[in-house]
Amino acid sequence: MIQQVENPIIEIHDLSVSYEKKPVLWDVDLTLPAGKLIGIIGPNGAGKSTLLKAVMGLLPLSSGYINILDKPLKEVRDKISYVPQRESVDWDFPTSVYDVVMMGRYGQLGLLKRPKKSDKEIVMDSLSKVGMEGFKDRQISQLSGGQQQRVFLARALAQQADIYFMDEPFAGVDAATEKAIVELLRQMSKEKKTVIVVHHDLQSVARYFDWIILLNMRLVASGPIEEAFTPELLQETYGGKLTLLTEISDLIQKNRFPNRE
Amino acid sequence: MSNFYIILTGSLVAMSCGILGCFLILRKMAMVGDAISHAVLPGIVLAFLWSGSRDSLTMLIGAGTLGILTTFLIEFLTHKGKLQSDASIGVTFTWLFALGVILISAFAGQVDLDQECVLYGEIALVPLDTIILASGTDIGPYAIYLLGAVFLMVVLFVSLSFNQLKITSFDPQYAISLGISATFWNYLLMSFVSFTTVASFESVGAILVVAFLIAPAATAYLLTHDLKKMIIIACLIGILSAVGGHYLAMSINGSIAGAMASVAGILFGIAFVYVKLTSKKVAKLTSGVAVST
Repeated sequence: MIQQVENPIIEIHDLSVSYEKKPVLWDVDLTLPAGKLIGIIGPNGAGKSTLLKAVMGLLPLSSGYINILDKPLKEVRDKISYVPQRESVDWDFPTSVYDVVMMGRYGQLGLLKRPKKSDKEIVMDSLSKVGMEGFKDRQISQLSGGQQQRVFLARALAQQADIYFMDEPFAGVDAATEKAIVELLRQMSKEKKTVIVVHHDLQSVARYFDWIILLNMRLVASGPIEEAFTPELLQETYGGKLTLLTEISDLIQKNRFPNRE
Repeated sequence: MSNFYIILTGSLVAMSCGILGCFLILRKMAMVGDAISHAVLPGIVLAFLWSGSRDSLTMLIGAGTLGILTTFLIEFLTHKGKLQSDASIGVTFTWLFALGVILISAFAGQVDLDQECVLYGEIALVPLDTIILASGTDIGPYAIYLLGAVFLMVVLFVSLSFNQLKITSFDPQYAISLGISATFWNYLLMSFVSFTTVASFESVGAILVVAFLIAPAATAYLLTHDLKKMIIIACLIGILSAVGGHYLAMSINGSIAGAMASVAGILFGIAFVYVKLTSKKVAKLTSGVAVST
C-alpha cells in the first residue's frame, strides 16, 4: 500500500542507503503530502532515523535522490528544520537554554552577525510555545529529559521553517512533556506546517498522525492512517513478533480513529 | 627585564592554547594537541634537511605542514577507517614521532637537532634571541613578536567565528542541517591548533604546549557553565600558571617549562577540590548524568 500524491512536498525516489556496504534502506520510493502530521513507524533497526538523516543530507546516498518542494536540499535548507535525537549531544556542554534555542537562528545569521532584536523575540516566542520561557537562563546540564526535548523543539521552531523532521521526540519523556509535544504538533499542523516524526510507540500512532510510513529496510506502506495502519501491513512490517501484534490489533480495534478534539 | 619576557612568553602561549583548548575539550579531542606536538618532528627534520637552514620560518612551514597532515590523518582514520578517535590519535602521532626520531638518528652527523630540545624547549633562552633593527636598537625577543601575532590571530579567529565553533562543537549534525559545514570548521580549528602548537613549542617545548592546551581549559570547565566565561577563565588560569611557574622555577632553580606545567596541574587540582567541596557540579565529570530538577 504505497499511495503517491500529486504535488508532493517531499519526493524520495529509489533511495538506498548503506553503512559500510551493509544496506540499511532499500529502494524507498515515496511522495508525501503537504501540511500533514506524518509518522515513520517500524521496528528497531528498520532504518527510520537513517531515512530522516538521508533526507537531511547527513548521510551519503548509495542511490536515488530526494527533492523537497521540488528542489534539491541545498536550495531549500531555510525551509526545513531538524530535531535530532536527544541523546546525540552532550548535555554537559557549557551553555544555557536561551543560547541553544538561539542556534536555530544561526542559519540566517551567517558569519560575523550578532542576533538582532527580531531574532531574540523569535527565540523567546519559541521558548514560550514549549512552555520553557521560565528556564531561559538555566544551564542545559540542569534539565530533565523532557525539558531537554522541549529545548530541542524550541530550537527547531526558532528556525521558522515549513517542514520539520523530528527523530524520536517522544523517547524517554515524561507524560506532561508528551502531552505538550502533541499539542504543539497539532498547533503546527493547523498552521499548515508539515511535520515528519520518527515514532516507535504503536499504541499512540492512530491518535497522533494523519499519514504514516511503515518501514522495515524496505518501504512497506505509505498512506493515510485509515488505509495504512492495518494489522496486515503491521504484520508485514514487524515480521514474526506475533504476540505483540495481536495486542496491537486489539488496540487498533478499540481506539481506531478517535475524534480529534 | 628577562623575567618579564619569560613570563610574557609563557602567558602568550598559555592564552592562545587555553582558548583553543576549550574547544578541543568540548569536542572530546583534547589529545589532538599532544598528537600534533609530537607528530611535527619529522616535518622539522625534513625542512632542515631540505633547506639546510635552521631559521624559524622554514621550521614553521615544515612543522605546520606535518601538523595539518596529522589532523587530516586522524580524521581520515576515524571517519573513513571507522577506528575510535583515541586509537586514531595514538597510531598517528607515535608513528610520525618515531619517523622523526629515525630521521634524526640516520642523519645525526648533519642535523643539529635533538628530540629533547623539541620536547622540552628552553624558555629561559627566549630573552637572548632578540631582534636588533638596522639602526642597532634592540626591540625585544623575537619569540614575543611571533607568539603575540599567534595570540592575536587566535583571538580574532575565535571571536569572528564563535557561533560556528560553538554550534559545530555542541551539535555537529544540527549544524550541517543548517548548512554550516562541521568538517570545514573542524579542519579550520585544527589548523589553528597545529599552527599555534608549532609556533609555541619552538620557544617553550612540546610538553608545556600540551599542558597549556588541556589543563587551563579543563580547570575552567570545572568552574563555569558558560562557554565565554570558560574561555576567559582558561586564559586567566594560563597566565597564573606562567607567573607562578616562573617564580617556582626561580626558587627551586629548576626547569621553567616544567614548573609552569606543574603549576597548571596544581591549579587544576585546587579547582577540582574546591568544586567538589562547594557543590555537586563535579558529578557531571564523573557520571555524565544530567542533574534533574
